[in-house]
Amino acid sequence: MAYEILEHTADAGVRGRGATLEEAFAEAARGMFSLMGDLEAVRPQRKVQVGIEEDSLEGLLVRWLAELLAQRDIEGLLFSRFRVYMELTEGRWKLSAYAWGEPMDADRHKLQVEVKAATNYGVRVEKVGNEFLAQCVLDL
Amino acid sequence: MEYRKLSDYVWEIPQTGDMLVPGRIYASEELLGPLLEDSRGGQQWNALEQVRNVASLPGIIKASIGMPDLHPGYGFPIGGVGAFGIDEGVVAMGGVGFDINCGVRVLATPLSADDVRPRKEELADRLFGGVPAGLGSQGKLRLTVEGIDEVLRKGARFALDRGFGVPDDLEYTEEGGCMEGADPEAVSLKAKQRQFRQVGTLGSGNHYLEVQEVVEVHDRAAAAAYGIEEGQILVAIHCGSRALGHQIGQDYLQELERASKKYDIPVRERELVCAPIRSPEGERYLSAVAAGVNCALANRQTIAHLVRDAMAPMFSLPHEQIRTLYDVGHNNVKWERHAIDGRERQVLVHRKGSTRAFGPGRPENPARYREVGHPIFIGGTMGTSSYIMRGTERGMAEVFGSGVHGAGRALSRKKAKKKWHGNQVAKDLAGQGIELRAHSGPGVAEEAPGAYKKVELVVDAAVQSGINATVARVFPLACIKG
Repeated sequence: MAYEILEHTADAGVRGRGATLEEAFAEAARGMFSLMGDLEAVRPQRKVQVGIEEDSLEGLLVRWLAELLAQRDIEGLLFSRFRVYMELTEGRWKLSAYAWGEPMDADRHKLQVEVKAATNYGVRVEKVGNEFLAQCVLDL
Repeated sequence: MEYRKLSDYVWEIPQTGDMLVPGRIYASEELLGPLLEDSRGGQQWNALEQVRNVASLPGIIKASIGMPDLHPGYGFPIGGVGAFGIDEGVVAMGGVGFDINCGVRVLATPLSADDVRPRKEELADRLFGGVPAGLGSQGKLRLTVEGIDEVLRKGARFALDRGFGVPDDLEYTEEGGCMEGADPEAVSLKAKQRQFRQVGTLGSGNHYLEVQEVVEVHDRAAAAAYGIEEGQILVAIHCGSRALGHQIGQDYLQELERASKKYDIPVRERELVCAPIRSPEGERYLSAVAAGVNCALANRQTIAHLVRDAMAPMFSLPHEQIRTLYDVGHNNVKWERHAIDGRERQVLVHRKGSTRAFGPGRPENPARYREVGHPIFIGGTMGTSSYIMRGTERGMAEVFGSGVHGAGRALSRKKAKKKWHGNQVAKDLAGQGIELRAHSGPGVAEEAPGAYKKVELVVDAAVQSGINATVARVFPLACIKG
């Protein structure tokens, strides 16, 4: 389980890796929030729930990250821990998840850049060897 | 990538495969070089490939255009312009991006650099304290859905109605401060909720607030029309539609993906999803974008007021004397009339990271600027010059009256953070006489002047190719970052 930040001239890509799809999605979210602040300093004190469904895994990844950005703005939270459940039912991918975090604190969280959006650009969700990858470009 | 030279500053990607028009890049050899390298090296995300992708969108007219500050975006390149015919054309989400109507407002003050230089630290502190910036910052307005709907309908007038600004501001704002056709119902509740506390905030990343001195005037006639002269102090505000625009983009990315399938539009790349202009989906997206444009206009209008609040008491100035020079966006899609093959036509122009730059005589220009063309603002970096330029007749004829918008990044944020530290960047700037105030150290490192192309190369290519003309050069005295 890990995430990587990918090179992009103007923005940044994020790639989550895990033994399962769920882990890869959770790591992609951690990667995205690592661009915004110090993950280690974000305490898991508040929990929000996300429930979404999409036709494709790629669409689901972008929507998952977008939902977390919306919750960030609406609730004023940064997230650091995620638990993701996914299933394919009648041709549609469903994701339900919990995200834990706390209200943004400029000093303690060493806030960085605001991620504006998750884009469809460079989006990939696939199994490579024994591991799953989930990646896309973020608009900063 | 196949390409050929049309002149020293214009290059063509010939129409091949499923391209419907050629690609046309306005750049010097020096600017084009790294873009070619990216495409030859098979760099996954490269701008020339993006120019080519845009050239394959249905209904595109004349060419897929790359401006001199071209660099990789998502979908459209940044510095990408594409115009589409009304009947056969499409509206593409990637041609606008997520930060709808991100743009620049410049305020012209009656102050001289001699007035400001001895007090620039105090001024920087006051601006930093007065204008909310950075991730998680909140504006002074707390709005509800009704309040946001009013923002989306009225644009800059929303702020003016609350006493934020002076009436002349609207005359010097693109679209008179309010874009027609905005429909709050085309914008999701989530987009509005995200914006409740974000009206009047600067954001982060490459957004900035800068106090600048006019150090050089290149075009006396245009400078006179704009009311600027050497030694004068200006204030530039660079920001956009904040979270509301971002969520509109996110929502319509999905809606237009469905539309692309429904109307069987071949999409080379998922971020170029689109809908026919004359479809319910296309029309709905356009009315959502207009609402996003208005949100950005209200945002910059509110920030302009906060700047006046910070500056006016310090220098005993009435707010009216800090006038809006111009306010112009660079992530937009608009209906415009252009001469195409000798005939005037209504076309839908997408500009992603390119400002509108209407030349002399256009009726859309404010009366005072009509004969010289309206001003455009080319942001350099925190530590380098920025430029005030204007549209030209050649720009009208060749690039749908579009302009460059900034230096354009050369290094990724990741590389910049490895190479520089925020504190050192701030010290270096102080050594050049520039006061920096920033909320995020790593954010400063990402925006280090060395991470950008030389703005002079961009300005020079725009001037040499004739699509824009330069009016003045400005240099920062103080810079506020998120």
